[in-house]
Amino acid sequence: MDLLVGQLFTGLSTGSILLLAALGLSLTYGQMGVINMAHGEFIMAGCYTAYVTQQVVGDAGVSLLIALPTGFLVGGAMGLILETLLIRHLYHRPLDTLLVTFGVGLVLQQVARDVFGAPAVNVTVPQFLRGGVDLLGTAVPKTRLFILALAIAAVAAVTLVLRFTPAGRRIRAVVGNRDLAETAGISSRAVDAGTFFIGSGLAGVAGVALTLIGATSPTTGQSYLVDAFLVVVAGGMGRIKGAVVAAIALGTFQAVFETYSTASLAKVGVFVVIVVFLQLRPQGLFTLRTRSLA
Amino acid sequence: MSKFLTGRAGTWTGFAAAALVLFGAAPLLLSGFRLGLLAQFLCYAIVAVGIGLAWGRGGMLTLGQGVFFGMGAYLMAMHMKMADAEFRNGPGSVPDFMELAGIREIPAYWVPFASPAFTIAAILILPTAFAVLLGFAVFKRRVKGAYFAILSQALAGAFAILLIGQQSMGGFNGLSRFRYFFGYNLDDPINQQMLYFIAAGILLVVLAVALQLRRSRYGELLVAVRDAEERVRFLGYDAANIKVVAYAAAALFAAVAGAIFVPIVGIISPANIGIVPSIMFILGVAIGGRGSLIGPVIGALAVALAQSALSEQFPSAWTYAQGLLFIVVIALLPGGIASIAAATKRFRREPVTAEAPA
Repeated sequence: MDLLVGQLFTGLSTGSILLLAALGLSLTYGQMGVINMAHGEFIMAGCYTAYVTQQVVGDAGVSLLIALPTGFLVGGAMGLILETLLIRHLYHRPLDTLLVTFGVGLVLQQVARDVFGAPAVNVTVPQFLRGGVDLLGTAVPKTRLFILALAIAAVAAVTLVLRFTPAGRRIRAVVGNRDLAETAGISSRAVDAGTFFIGSGLAGVAGVALTLIGATSPTTGQSYLVDAFLVVVAGGMGRIKGAVVAAIALGTFQAVFETYSTASLAKVGVFVVIVVFLQLRPQGLFTLRTRSLA
Repeated sequence: MSKFLTGRAGTWTGFAAAALVLFGAAPLLLSGFRLGLLAQFLCYAIVAVGIGLAWGRGGMLTLGQGVFFGMGAYLMAMHMKMADAEFRNGPGSVPDFMELAGIREIPAYWVPFASPAFTIAAILILPTAFAVLLGFAVFKRRVKGAYFAILSQALAGAFAILLIGQQSMGGFNGLSRFRYFFGYNLDDPINQQMLYFIAAGILLVVLAVALQLRRSRYGELLVAVRDAEERVRFLGYDAANIKVVAYAAAALFAAVAGAIFVPIVGIISPANIGIVPSIMFILGVAIGGRGSLIGPVIGALAVALAQSALSEQFPSAWTYAQGLLFIVVIALLPGGIASIAAATKRFRREPVTAEAPA
């Protein structure tokens, strides 16, 4: 029983981290069909935002509260710049966008290395998040609970924005049918920029949260990126629902697999599961119904 | 002029010129050390030819060529470690790195690699078979475009992690310190030169195979699948089969390159084959021109040369340069260097064959 609860929680926790990293990606990918390889570096920027904020503010608790919105703005601003300068001009060339944004990621990593140095830096965890909570007989670290709560909050916020605000309605319209949305008077360019801002901002938030459970180095983002992409691929492009289910499923699978095997085999296991899964549902868990051939 | 370049005579002249440079001029002009470097670069060029075929002609952006490169390299490395152990301590003895790791008995899957014939067959068959299997699994279900790119990248990541976890495959440090290549002492400069000639020969063969694939009916179909997969399917072809052939050929090229890379460089480790090295294979292809035959070779050689010249002295500047090259070349010059020549031809109003990238 203890083992089961422990594993389930580890899975949920790994899943929530994956979800935070993948949520913004799912949003931008669904909207524009653009694979943003620099997304990992936006996460990394969020991590360093938390680090810098703590250097300036000092108190760990206050700095975390400041860093969360700041991380969102930093990530969002970087995304906005990237979208305006590059991605917008590479429309209809998704594979090229992937490679271009990989180049952007390389540059950003090197900037981080030159500014903060190659060795990893640590952010102090605030007092109220230290230690663990007893959950059904299993000790659960508070930081992980916080990340889980943050992931739930992020999904809730994105869902609410998409469903109930005028901006969200425009985003859904463009995702559903870009040409028709434009005909209806929606500026798809403005919507693209907005989506990219939100998606990249979420990466920044994810970065801030990740500093609670690990050290930050210039390659931090990269290590999360591939897993985040797998979540998006398995979930179905642009489906928040799919990303949530896929993240939790992959997280749990990885956690359970790791207990019976090794971490390295778990990675391979995840890959095999996804290839097999794509045999059953090549478009991912949830798909938008369209009449296009692609 | 253009007719000459694309005609049969032009092909033979091109290959003759390349052979003259690779087999004549380079060994005469370059010192042993530099020839060894060139041999290493030729390995990257062989991988690049395969990527040019799969990505440039077939539209499959494969970000995981490091997997096949690594398979070929590790298979060869296993044989060389076995041969070294046998030479030092007699048949059945454990390779040195296993002794250090505390492994007393040779794992069962290592044993057949004592045979050179088995090793060569494995290098030619295993990675290709794996690519065919994976290709069918992915392409039959019409997983394509960005999905395929991400999957291939995840594969590279998983493969590298898997190898790091295996102590009996050298783990994080990989396999190194080889003494003999099929009985030839690797310390002897003459044998190093022989390795260079082998790499150069393989490059020419691979180029010839790629050229034949491009010029055949199959090559036309491959480009058609790249540009309008649905239309090809409506015409009654199975697009998946067409794609699998190009993917498998690219895998085979990469595996052979990896196999010859190991004796030339003397080490193979997970750091050579993970996500980042795999995507770096792409850079040269993009710069040289993904759609052309010779472009990827030139691009790969140029990138490798720049890397060896700059990365040690200016590591920071070189990373910036790599990033900016990705951005500038792919955003502004998707056809690579090869497209500049085509653009000037167009300027002179000569008919050009379309090399539009996907």
